[in-house]
Amino acid sequence: MSLLDLLFGSKPKTAAIAKERLQLIIARERSGAPGVPDFLPQLQQELIQVISKYVPVDRDDIKVALEKQGNFEVLEVNIVLNEPGRKD
Amino acid sequence: MSTIIVVTSGKGGVGKTTTSASIASGLAMRGFKTAVIDFDVGLRNLDLIMGCERRVVYDLINVINGEANLTQALIKDKHCDNLFILPASQTRNKDALTEDGVERVLNELQHMGHEYIVCDSPAGIEHGAVMALTFADEAIVVTNPEVSSVRDSDRILGILQAKSRRAREGGEPVKEHLLITRYSPKRVEEGEMLSYKDVQEILRVPLLGVIPESESVLHASNQGMPVIHIKDSDVAAAYRDTVARFLGEDAPLRFVTYEKPGLLKRLFGG
Repeated sequence: MSLLDLLFGSKPKTAAIAKERLQLIIARERSGAPGVPDFLPQLQQELIQVISKYVPVDRDDIKVALEKQGNFEVLEVNIVLNEPGRKD
Repeated sequence: MSTIIVVTSGKGGVGKTTTSASIASGLAMRGFKTAVIDFDVGLRNLDLIMGCERRVVYDLINVINGEANLTQALIKDKHCDNLFILPASQTRNKDALTEDGVERVLNELQHMGHEYIVCDSPAGIEHGAVMALTFADEAIVVTNPEVSSVRDSDRILGILQAKSRRAREGGEPVKEHLLITRYSPKRVEEGEMLSYKDVQEILRVPLLGVIPESESVLHASNQGMPVIHIKDSDVAAAYRDTVARFLGEDAPLRFVTYEKPGLLKRLFGG
């Protein structure tokens, strides 16, 4: 550090950045949706089992996703049924 | 009736064991019969910090497994007559730490008349850390003014609110306290370090104390003496204040402001 730096100080003020980053990440982690919820694969698996009792479905025919829209969490379950009468 | 205190943090290396040793010693110095338990199975260190490593014969797991009784395993502290240390096992698997076993040990300590039982948690959020906080009445969350430590503290607070016995049984929640360690007022003043107010605002837990960064912590651990016993040390004074506040006394925060040295002192050192 030069003498001028020592006299007048010119270090970056990074504490404010740290605070802002922490507030954002902690608010997100507290909101109960820590990234991708880990129950989704199991939910998908169980849905397949239930629906297969009534209609033939494939693993790929069911899509489960969790989305955040404003203040809402939207659990989207998309099931594609085979065309009636068609046989695989 | 004894009060069970867990000293926890999520992140490692923030000062849990240093804090456990000094808070337990501080409570004992105030006349309370106190026990301090090391929950870090496989990586015990409380014995070294308390300076009793050569007197360890039996440990927490031995007591849980019935291979030794509690009186055989408890080590009497060198400095305080009414303080006892229960070391962790250095060799066993941490799965030996069962919830039933831990509960039995805590109950027995209570029957022996210990007024405070301090549980020194291992780092992380795994089994050992959960066992250390399961039976807690009060929690001291040790946090450094640094991003990863603050985030991990928030995480461990969530675990405390979900997995402690009090939370599971829906009783009164565990009383939470925030203890900020390794605090450098100078760096805060210069805008390089989160202030204690910032950390408290983020975590929203009542502040129990602020322990300054200091050479005396290493000085104390080198000789196996809890830092609260080091004479003329700011850290020792800050821990004594912390214990006073824990006991409900009013002690203003110290060592949190930086006094700028004058120009001459900066130029010529001092």
